[in-house]
Amino acid sequence: MGQTLAEKVIARAAGRNSVTPGEIVTCNVDLAMIHDASGPRRVKPHLDRLGVNVWDNERVVVIADHYTPVADVSTAAILKLTREWVAQQGITRFHDGEGICHVLLMEKGYVRPGMFVVGGDSHSPTGGAIGCFIFGAGATDMAGILATGETWIRVPETKRIEWTGQLGRGVVAKDIMLHLCGTLGMGGGEYQVMQFCGSAIESLVMDERMTLCNMTAELTAQTGLIAPDKITETYLENFGIDIAEAAAWQPDTDAHYAATHVFDGSALAPQVAAPHSPANAAPVGEFSNGRIDQAYIGACTGSKLEDLHMAAEILSGRTVAKGVRLLVAPASKETTKRAARDGTLATLIDAGATLVAAGCAACAGFGQGVLADGEICISSTSRNFQGRMGSPQAQVYLGSPYTVAAAAVTGRICDPREFLTQGSA
Amino acid sequence: MSEQGGRAWVFGDDISTDLLAPGPYLRHPLDELAKQCLKSVDPAFARDVKPGDFVVGGKNFGIGSSREQAAQCLHHLGVSAVIAQSFAGIFFRNAFNFGLLCLTCPDTSQIKAGHRLAVDPRAGGVSNLTTGAAIASEAVPAHLMDLVRDGGLIAHLEKRFSASTPES
Repeated sequence: MGQTLAEKVIARAAGRNSVTPGEIVTCNVDLAMIHDASGPRRVKPHLDRLGVNVWDNERVVVIADHYTPVADVSTAAILKLTREWVAQQGITRFHDGEGICHVLLMEKGYVRPGMFVVGGDSHSPTGGAIGCFIFGAGATDMAGILATGETWIRVPETKRIEWTGQLGRGVVAKDIMLHLCGTLGMGGGEYQVMQFCGSAIESLVMDERMTLCNMTAELTAQTGLIAPDKITETYLENFGIDIAEAAAWQPDTDAHYAATHVFDGSALAPQVAAPHSPANAAPVGEFSNGRIDQAYIGACTGSKLEDLHMAAEILSGRTVAKGVRLLVAPASKETTKRAARDGTLATLIDAGATLVAAGCAACAGFGQGVLADGEICISSTSRNFQGRMGSPQAQVYLGSPYTVAAAAVTGRICDPREFLTQGSA
Repeated sequence: MSEQGGRAWVFGDDISTDLLAPGPYLRHPLDELAKQCLKSVDPAFARDVKPGDFVVGGKNFGIGSSREQAAQCLHHLGVSAVIAQSFAGIFFRNAFNFGLLCLTCPDTSQIKAGHRLAVDPRAGGVSNLTTGAAIASEAVPAHLMDLVRDGGLIAHLEKRFSASTPES
């Protein structure tokens, strides 16, 4: 019987010809990523106790994104420790305040099709967009990986998530994921790999594919994956790698899938998830006229260049409603730079947006933009669990950058398609 | 007469890492963070839980972020095992990395708050000492029981490294 893409990568990393779902194997890790919040300050004491350094400093990426730029003395100390440890370990792939780890792994070309990667953050599946098998782990797990270069995994089954047709105007990857959370539920991923396919997926640019794989975390999937195609190949051309070898990472045609879920992309409406779960998703119309205090465009899920373009499309020539604050925290410095060059930032700022430094910011409840008791926010981030973005008494709705921007303009949750001209892409 | 087994603290589905270890408290010492554990769901839990007690959840226990403090808080409070219908993958790994047992138990409906429980992780099984019910749970794989036996992943690796160090 054939192998799925995930099974092929796991087998390769385990030094095996094939693997079977359910079996527990030990894999060599091709790359390990940790960040400032769960990284050096947590793993250093463990490695010190074991008396070892990282197993291979060429295979470790460290990214300071959660606490940057620092806002107080205690986080400044965490960043200082991070920088000192990175220097002491001789780790050169260190990015300090350059953006969100999951986005940087893609932007820097660190993740490639066929790689077996573990990241010290739950949204690590983002890199599955390129055909890399990458999953999230906690700090102690990462310490074990940094010490040994290997980890165990129970081979997950693969579930095919097929989206037919084409998404309509104003409907994007975020809406796909919120709809999946709403229909499959938070446990819909069942520790499986969610492999996205179908005509609506094939049309999505890489930024959008990253959003899909990123939010498989909200479905408790092991990870998300998209087999390399023409869009992947074009993306990889930036990094001067062997395209043919990368494109060869494909599932076998007779691979076994635990299930195939088919959705009609053409029928999907913009989605909004109500507090306090992405699974509380429904078409935006069901939430119309809900008042907001804050609109937040941020995170690896919701502030890549493509996401900022969506927001700018709505906000061009319009202004943020009185009494509403719109915060924009680009996913990376590169995103900020490109958005500055192509005029996107000017559009957002003209509309009244407040620009926050590239990084995790309020999405992780650390940075600027956290909420007070009773405040209502609509956000392009990935999860709206109670207490995540500040006060447990705050209410956070999730939507696409289009939907968040439209709410910023009206001060109320509304269908962003009302602001988009038909026809143009 | 002293009661046998540990007391069950029963929670619902989708107990997230934000409920277990709220973001705003992550920078605080473990003692303070642990006081916030599940506080927004049951204010009595962190205050009254006793070493040896059990946390019982529904589906997707530990969903959300990779923050291992979610598991560490329960371990710190002395919880002897989390029994749930299903676990988020990262939480499951994190728990064993601290030596905290997780038991996947398809039907937790026979466990009510305050019931006394005992578990057999190797064979799989939860005994409800209050009602006498025997409840099926999945057997915990041997390599994870090794982590529990050694007191977590780092202690386990310490043992492995010292065993592989040649005698000088």
